[in-house]
Amino acid sequence: MKKEIAQSSVKEKIKGFIDSFGWPRLIIAGFLLLLFLVAPLGGISILTSISDVLMRFGMNSIMVLAMVPMIHSGCGLNFGLPLGIISGLLGGTLSMQFGFTGGVSFLVAILITIFFGTLFGWAYGVLLNKVKGGEMMIATYVGYAAVSFMCIMWLLLPYSNPQMVWGYKGTGLRTTISTEGYYLHILSDFLKIKIGNLEIPTGALLFFAFFAFLMWAFLHTKTGTAMTAVGSNPTFAKASGINVDRTRTLSVIMSTVLGGIGILAYQQAFGFIQLYMGPFYMALPAVSAILIGGASVNKASIPNVIIGTLLFQGIVTMTPSVMNSLIHTDMSEVIRIIASNGMILYALTRKSEAK
Amino acid sequence: MKGSLLSGKKAGTFLLNNMVPIMFIVIGGIGIVFSGFSGTAIMNEMMTRLSRNSFLVISLLIPIMAGMGLNFGMTLGAMAGQIGLIFITEWGIVGIPGMVLAAIISTPISILLGWWCGKILNLAKGREMVTSYIIGFFVNGIYQLVVLFMMGSVIPIKSEILLPRGYGIRNTVNLIGIRKCLDNLIPLKIAGVSIPLATFLLIALLCVFILWFKKTKLGQDMRAVGQDMEVAREAGIKVEETRIISIIISTVLAGYGMIIYLQNMGTLNTYNSHNQIGMFSAAALLVGGASVDKANIRNVFLGVILFHLMFYVAPYAGKNLIGEAQLGEYFRVFVSYGVITLALVMYEMRKKRESKEKGEMLAEAQKEAK
Repeated sequence: MKKEIAQSSVKEKIKGFIDSFGWPRLIIAGFLLLLFLVAPLGGISILTSISDVLMRFGMNSIMVLAMVPMIHSGCGLNFGLPLGIISGLLGGTLSMQFGFTGGVSFLVAILITIFFGTLFGWAYGVLLNKVKGGEMMIATYVGYAAVSFMCIMWLLLPYSNPQMVWGYKGTGLRTTISTEGYYLHILSDFLKIKIGNLEIPTGALLFFAFFAFLMWAFLHTKTGTAMTAVGSNPTFAKASGINVDRTRTLSVIMSTVLGGIGILAYQQAFGFIQLYMGPFYMALPAVSAILIGGASVNKASIPNVIIGTLLFQGIVTMTPSVMNSLIHTDMSEVIRIIASNGMILYALTRKSEAK
Repeated sequence: MKGSLLSGKKAGTFLLNNMVPIMFIVIGGIGIVFSGFSGTAIMNEMMTRLSRNSFLVISLLIPIMAGMGLNFGMTLGAMAGQIGLIFITEWGIVGIPGMVLAAIISTPISILLGWWCGKILNLAKGREMVTSYIIGFFVNGIYQLVVLFMMGSVIPIKSEILLPRGYGIRNTVNLIGIRKCLDNLIPLKIAGVSIPLATFLLIALLCVFILWFKKTKLGQDMRAVGQDMEVAREAGIKVEETRIISIIISTVLAGYGMIIYLQNMGTLNTYNSHNQIGMFSAAALLVGGASVDKANIRNVFLGVILFHLMFYVAPYAGKNLIGEAQLGEYFRVFVSYGVITLALVMYEMRKKRESKEKGEMLAEAQKEAK
């Protein structure tokens, strides 16, 4: 008798676990595990794969972290991340234009990014306050409009650093700009650990840990809890004296600034600044990563960010190499499109818990 | 005195309501002047673009009627149409029979995709637009899986449209067999401007269908669902089913529209043609003065003309004005996205204002009742 109860409670626990974890997430995690298991058959070194995943984690995690504040304040998934990325692009290019090099150029880039991110984020936040309920669609188009507007600006702004502008004209920024001599691998090479094939970009991971800790600490301050309250029940939050609009704007500013810093962390590892249409589709990977990590449209935590980025980047890294070596076709792009957008669809069709 | 004040206010609201079209008339006018095109050249281009795009834009009307906003999932239909075109090219069926066959092939695929899309959108009420947008991306992945990996390996395709590796369709498929076959079916030329009469007749037929459809029981139901889902449900309308049907019709029409679009273009960019179609069609409709919850046939034609006028002249105007065609190209992309953003923001703000007014009226009424 007792055993039966124990058994059923275990069953219930498993069921509860699956329910809370969600089927798509389970499938993706299982798929990744499978990829790692079959990888040795194709002659792929597990350690190299892990190094790749870690490197990509360092590149993308802060942009995924940028999703957290807006989800908390009830603004939904930040499809307008390209706006934040643009503030990061401005930071990077201006820092190079002013002639800073090495580590200093990265610091200056961050400072300029924070300035522009705050400015853009504020305007974006004020706009989103006017369109409560329709944020996600408008965010998407704000991002697109901003990217295409900046395409014009990259051509017209008076940049003059010869490493950045088109050689034959002397004006207009190039589509890709190398960060070599500026902040190339400034984080990735910091305290880098190398054991055989395994490489750990300690600096980049620490950089993420720093911002993740700041975010965690912020969410536990008074303003942070107010933000969560605004997201879960705006009417109640208003009744308890919280300025809803201001809190939402703050969350948008945080998200935009983090998006900008995120792209700087991306560039230092990738080695290039991608301008023009580069940031266009960058919101979708970040959005699906946090959803794969277990977040929903109105709930997200730091563990969601970490798990999600690892799973998503794991799939992105592993599918091309494993597929290529085993069946000699590269279906990875298709799988990535289906998995990531399927995940976003899944999240959009869930009933939001608090409304 | 009072009369002039009133008409002044009226003019003000007229300007506000038609801000987007007026803005585009101004931009287009400036563009024409600086592009240096002759009137005939512009008329010719506008005729082509009107015949090429109108059908696609009209396919957006019915979901708007059902209160589901801009159906960015129309790309699903576009993909179905493209699959039809791939098959007729493979089988070597040319001319009008080829187009008709492509349309026949696309129909069941569109219905299936539209039904599925409608099902998903019913799960995401209140955020249909962003969901339909992501559905477009998702199905694009499936489309690539089918066209790039299954065609030639699972689905029998043999002709030279296959990639050299033996499966998957080439990046571009030459549609020489049906190129402009509909446009040139009834040749007509007035004052140097060639008019694709047959295509326009088809578009006119569709317009008649839309006008007739609005008056049918189903059309009335859709409007009721668009006004208020709960009220419609209480009136005995099957809300979910009606919404799914509206998406199916839109998807099927988008498939036909894409076939007409591509017969004019003459080449199919297998993996790109459909991607921008949703954005361009939505932008054109909004430029014509439509909003997310209200659109009619007049908006379609005005929008296609104004939007594509800007699109056509901007690069040339940019080149003549600043010496850089690239600038004009970026400008037109920015304007397309900007106009959608603006229209969405205006719609949300109006919705908010209206619900607030409604609440105030309710409060007033309650006060009076006491």
